[in-house]
Amino acid sequence: MALGTDWVLAWVRATAAVIAENRAELVRLDREIGDGDHGENLDRGFTAVLGKLDGLAPDATPADVLKLVATTLISTVGGAAGPLYGTAYLKASAAVKDSGELDPAALVAALTAARDGIVSRGKAEPGDKTMVDAWTPAVDAAAAAEQEGAEVGAILDAAASAAERGAAETEPLVARKGRASYLGERAIGHRDPGAQSSALILRAAADTAA
Amino acid sequence: MKKLINNPRTVVEEAVSGIAAAHPGLLEVHTDPIFIVRADAPKQGKVGLVSGGGSGHEPLHGGFVGYGMLDAAVPGAVFTSPTPDPILAATQAVNGGAGVLHIVKNYTGDVLNFETAADLASAEDIEVRSVIVNDDVAVKDSLYTAGRRGVAGTVLVEKIAGAAAERGDDLDAVTAVAEKVNANVRSMGVALTAPIVPHAGVPSFDIGEDEIEIGIGIHGEPGRERIPMEPADAIVDRMLGPILEDLPFSDGDRVLLFVNGMGGTPLVELYIAFRHAAEVLTGRGITVDRTLIGNYVTSLEMQGFSITVLKLDDELTELWDAPVQTAALRWGR
Repeated sequence: MALGTDWVLAWVRATAAVIAENRAELVRLDREIGDGDHGENLDRGFTAVLGKLDGLAPDATPADVLKLVATTLISTVGGAAGPLYGTAYLKASAAVKDSGELDPAALVAALTAARDGIVSRGKAEPGDKTMVDAWTPAVDAAAAAEQEGAEVGAILDAAASAAERGAAETEPLVARKGRASYLGERAIGHRDPGAQSSALILRAAADTAA
Repeated sequence: MKKLINNPRTVVEEAVSGIAAAHPGLLEVHTDPIFIVRADAPKQGKVGLVSGGGSGHEPLHGGFVGYGMLDAAVPGAVFTSPTPDPILAATQAVNGGAGVLHIVKNYTGDVLNFETAADLASAEDIEVRSVIVNDDVAVKDSLYTAGRRGVAGTVLVEKIAGAAAERGDDLDAVTAVAEKVNANVRSMGVALTAPIVPHAGVPSFDIGEDEIEIGIGIHGEPGRERIPMEPADAIVDRMLGPILEDLPFSDGDRVLLFVNGMGGTPLVELYIAFRHAAEVLTGRGITVDRTLIGNYVTSLEMQGFSITVLKLDDELTELWDAPVQTAALRWGR
């Protein structure tokens, strides 16, 4: 089984809905260790994405949709999250440029490219208490599932579950990148909002592929 | 929450349209995407200066657009970096063929968005340099943080680099002057209360009636420590110590002393702080040669202030004294 443009569109719509639902929660997390705008900024970005989906060509590929998401987020989100998520979707789009449908290998390639894009733009490493702490275990889990011959739905479920664990595991960490790094030890006990929104996005991917 | 607004979602749009209405002839405001540009931009052959960042710090940066300072300012949402599109549009609008300097406060969002915009401008053959301002001594600069933040010292970088560009320095020279200011300026802030971001509607952090936050950033990010309220002179001593040790400033230096209000502290209190800061510097054999006092880099309605000290030499002094005509700083013309 492979996932086509319909799935990418469903995933993007589900992401917009889950971000809107969790807007206040993301603001609350960001207020604790950042500047309290993460939920607001992402909600603004994905709302803008929704408004642009209807303008896609009828024969749009998964890569076309991902690129539209990327450019829209880059131009509407701001803060650190805009360039980071924008780069993630842009790299994912480039990784599946020639795929009309995403088979397990293409899906893992897209997730890997997204994570690599975030790392190269933000220069964060695992353990820095950033979205990388959700993405890295997610990519590892997706690659392992694909190696074992899992179907696309199971691969995305493995990625989402690993991202959720990774987000939870940012709680005891001291931040070494972004605004939370100014807090030092005071960041301990708080979940990183970028890792949390990453887990929400990946869970939406799994839910729409199930 | 009581705020003089119409709608939390239109704060930036309505404010920049007010800036346009208040300062005709000096600047123009573009609305799609939003940026503020000198009325006479682009000036052929002059290096263009662009800065920007989240709104809520006014007059930074829009209030510094004009003769002898910035060519354009790009305001983001409140306390949120602008996106690359308006930064690119502003860069194009001020490019007079001599290149463009981006003056960026060291915050992760600002740095990433300006970096992306600079990449896009380079792709259009506009030569772009960037200076990252990081004057805040409250943050330890190490591999384990995002580095020191850019705070009130940014005003001094914009003024002095702006004067260098206005007198005709080329891109290398203007960049070098901006870097020299950044290398010689140190700041630290303190908060007595928290700001309220309009669309959040609640204070950005919780702080007790009898507490202050030493080393606050300009978005209300925490600093070094939270302590019980103290008299003004004791707070000034706590701030000046790390500032003076850091460069270090020493006996015989000439400096510019800048006491900046963060929005909610009355000028009468800033003067009390200024008085003691000047006494301390003089007592250490440091000459307060130039001064600036007032609300220049604010954090919405936050009560608090910052102290900035810039070590001067003849070049920096001459550029500081050069004529400037902006909404918030004006002398010499």
